[in-house]
Amino acid sequence: MRLFVSEGAPGNLPVLAAAGRVRGRAELLISTVGPEECMVPFLTRPKVPVLQLDSGNYLFSTSSICRYFFLLSGWEQDDLTNQWLEWEATELQPALSAALYCLVVQGKKGEDVLGPVRRALTHIDHSLSRQNCPFLAGETESLADIVLWGALYPLLQDPAYLPEELGALHSWFQTLSTQEPCQRAAETVLKQQGVLALRPYLQKQPQPSPPDESAVTNEPEEEELATLSEEEIAMAVTAWEKGLESLPPLRPRQNPVLPVAGERNVLITSALPYVNNVPHLGNIIGCVLSADVFARYSRLRQWNTLYLCGTDEYGTATETKAMEEGLTPQEICDKYHVIHADIYRWFNISFDIFGRTTTPQQTKITQDIFQRLLTRGFVLRDTVEQLRCEHCARFLADRFVEGVCPFCGYEEARGDQCDKCGKLINAIELKKPQCKVCRSCPVVKSSQHLFLDLPKLEKRLEEWLGKTLPGSDWTPNARFIIRSWLRDGLKPRCITRDLKWGTPVPLEGFEDKVFYVWFDATIGYLSITANYTDQWERWWKNPEQVDLYQFMAKDNVPFHGLVFPCSALGTEDNYTLVSHLIATEYLNYEDGKFSKSRGVGVFGDMAQDTGIPADIWRFYLLYIRPEGQDSAFSWADMLLKNNSELLNNLGNFINRAGMFVSKFFGGYVPEMVLTPDDQRLLAHVTLELRHYHQLLEKVRIRDALRSILTISRHGNQYIQVNEPWKRIKGNEADRQRAGTVTGLAVNIAALLSVMLQPYMPTVSTTIQDQLQLPRPACSILLTNFLCTLPAGHQIGTVSPLFQKLENDQIESLKQRFGGGQLEESLELKAKVSPKPEVVETVTTAGPQQIQVLMDEVTKQGNTVRELKAQKADKNQIAAEVAKLLELKKQLALAEGKPLETSKGKKKK
Amino acid sequence: MAAAAELALLEKSLGLSKRNKYSARGDRQIPVLQTNNGPSLTGLTTIAAHLVKQANKEYLLGSTAEEKAIVQQWLEYRVTQVDKHSNKDDIRTLLKDLNAYLEDKVYLTGYNFTLADILLYYGLHRFIVSYEERTEQRGRPPLTNFYLETEARRGYRSSPRSHNQ
Repeated sequence: MRLFVSEGAPGNLPVLAAAGRVRGRAELLISTVGPEECMVPFLTRPKVPVLQLDSGNYLFSTSSICRYFFLLSGWEQDDLTNQWLEWEATELQPALSAALYCLVVQGKKGEDVLGPVRRALTHIDHSLSRQNCPFLAGETESLADIVLWGALYPLLQDPAYLPEELGALHSWFQTLSTQEPCQRAAETVLKQQGVLALRPYLQKQPQPSPPDESAVTNEPEEEELATLSEEEIAMAVTAWEKGLESLPPLRPRQNPVLPVAGERNVLITSALPYVNNVPHLGNIIGCVLSADVFARYSRLRQWNTLYLCGTDEYGTATETKAMEEGLTPQEICDKYHVIHADIYRWFNISFDIFGRTTTPQQTKITQDIFQRLLTRGFVLRDTVEQLRCEHCARFLADRFVEGVCPFCGYEEARGDQCDKCGKLINAIELKKPQCKVCRSCPVVKSSQHLFLDLPKLEKRLEEWLGKTLPGSDWTPNARFIIRSWLRDGLKPRCITRDLKWGTPVPLEGFEDKVFYVWFDATIGYLSITANYTDQWERWWKNPEQVDLYQFMAKDNVPFHGLVFPCSALGTEDNYTLVSHLIATEYLNYEDGKFSKSRGVGVFGDMAQDTGIPADIWRFYLLYIRPEGQDSAFSWADMLLKNNSELLNNLGNFINRAGMFVSKFFGGYVPEMVLTPDDQRLLAHVTLELRHYHQLLEKVRIRDALRSILTISRHGNQYIQVNEPWKRIKGNEADRQRAGTVTGLAVNIAALLSVMLQPYMPTVSTTIQDQLQLPRPACSILLTNFLCTLPAGHQIGTVSPLFQKLENDQIESLKQRFGGGQLEESLELKAKVSPKPEVVETVTTAGPQQIQVLMDEVTKQGNTVRELKAQKADKNQIAAEVAKLLELKKQLALAEGKPLETSKGKKKK
Repeated sequence: MAAAAELALLEKSLGLSKRNKYSARGDRQIPVLQTNNGPSLTGLTTIAAHLVKQANKEYLLGSTAEEKAIVQQWLEYRVTQVDKHSNKDDIRTLLKDLNAYLEDKVYLTGYNFTLADILLYYGLHRFIVSYEERTEQRGRPPLTNFYLETEARRGYRSSPRSHNQ
């Protein structure tokens, strides 16, 4: 047989790596052809590699060629391999070709390349770590490994594109790459030139279409049932039987919470929201809510946990807002601080402290850090040319200048950063600057300022990063941002501003200036803690004992991962620095951005007015948490997830489990006699629970939520297959079986209530009340699944947990929050010219009443349809129809529409 | 045709008495089969091959190494090329290529009927009607012959569409 390859064709890699299998079994000739030569007579488009068989037939698919080589060596086909190869052809290849094209032909880098394949890489990593095997289809290397390795090698051989957090993928890839046939194939194909060796071939190929039209996806990565060993099952059963006694004693919550030697001390911060913006859903999921889940989880693990946040209050924006509202800046901050605190209280955020930055402690700590930097020679003094608006008679803060980006030409670049290219800008470098307040052109004036000498601190920063990053849970985007900053080289950053509302600069000649928020906002965490306890330094100057987790959206990474660490390192004062920097991507609203000015999107204070409970908001926001890639909030999807995942899956399971105990066993948990099938289920639940822990320990919040839903899916299936409601009516053995199934199910429900606690705290408490779950079991989550509701335990009253979201309800919310302004103006018009005869009804019926009536009409309509479908009694139908007509009449009146003149209107 | 309906049809033609339930995943609605013992299986051709083994009709996956590889190649072709949302030109090229390939063959492997024929037959259904109409006057091209031949096999007589409705 004859193999045709072409220089730089990616398919050469797996084919050559697999070719070793046929050595000594068949004669294989290899010829090199041009990338545009058509070797297969029946194919219109060129395709390499191609294998011409001795029979004259052709194999033109890379994986089929590899498969053939493996088959010749006596290998047998199996389902798992087929599944991997099908996945490789349909999912991996489209994503990979897009990534390689980007990298090799278009010369793009970073996220542009990694973005398309990230999901696929994660899928491989999950599968490997789940099945606990070193290779894709088992204990030994096989066809699937070679085909996938070969496909991935050109990209992953560059460490920049092998995400560090994908540990299982990492070691699988390394193992294969060091094996002889793979190594040889890699050398032959890439010729030590890395991925550029593919260029001559890829250049001749048409540009691949993007793998997925919508890059933003909220679809979960489906989980598969792993195979369990006998030992795993036995261990799960033993742990289960120990039950409540394996729980450690509850640790009382201290006040104040302080680090304890020898324990795990977790300090959690959420980015400080700027005081005079009402946060939108994206802000909430990006920091406070994400950090809250982790804080609650950390407490469930009995780790010593302190979660803090607060409002960031200094700066020009506050000054301006104060002028607008005729208040002092302090009054503005007081007012808005309360608004923020209320929103987070409504979302049930479990802060230990929610403080603020305008306090004497902030001044004290900031000035101390500054003095230490100054005496150690890390502060530079320079004259700065600054933009001053003569019309407004003041120096313009960065956010009050807009102009054309000097790097990319974006028209609306801000004074400090360009939203388009992300580069940092010195306001003075902006082309065509404009004062954002009065739109006049500012002039350049010079003024003395202080600078943090970042270049001088760069080496210390790199040393610290070198110690911190490996093995930590910094998110990939945070690593990437910091790496690219360092690659470009750090520059001195100005830390003072000509303002009044800020922390005063304690230096002669700078009395009229304050510290720039860049420098002092991140110090807010320290001062907020100092206002909570005078022993704040036990948290903040204690890097040996404290694990610091900082949550934020990715735009905040440079301040937390670079500027603050540099300041802190420069003080030589042993500050606690961030161990795990957790940055999210962005959340979009429907298909666009949240925009306060356009009235698009849901903002924190509006969520409460929707009538949807806080826990449902929490669930949906966490379900779509922009973890690893941007995601989008969508009303329709929220309805779908509520009705499918919460109502039909989770709620349905927990409710059924509880109801069976109440209805069939008088409210007492029945005796359980576990069969091998039950034991297997137990082990599966344990495995999923472990997975949940693994994910949350790595702060993969969105993924861990899937584990909860997976367990409840197992639970539903278990009930469905075993049908306790039928068996309870059967003989002795059947009734015992019904008891076991009910008992196991209600214990799974109890476990779920605890796992759910970080995500939906109120629902979690409701379930625990309904089940009367013993106190310690409510507040501690171990890595084993325990029997916490033993036989004889009496549960409370069970009731449904979730409500269905209706289409029209969601439609009206969507309208309300969609493009607010347009709808509003239409509404106004309608109000100005109502039809005279319906004026009265319009004034009496509010939108809520209309909504209620609409719901009732829909419901009644369904009732009538059902009756008709069942061919029910005519009189009964007539009665229900009469009700329906009456409701419709009321609705028409409420809406101010003319009444429908009975029939005859149908033709239209 | 939705993948689940296609697999149900396949079960029936294979003579499997027990009907499986399929779920679908993602935008492309990739079928998933939950098996009793062991992990679930994902993907049309993966599940189809599994069903063939369940029905003890392994010969439908090919009997020699060469035949097996060819069957899998055309199964892959089905899910990557035939199922791709293509423009008119792509479809024309696809039908032309298949036509050329089948010039000297009855089935995809030559003379033996396999799973590849079944799935390609289902997959082509959405193009083939108009193709037949267009080519009627010029005598039956090999692709049409293939289509009719496959259709004529016991169990595949009716068009998938009628089952679906």
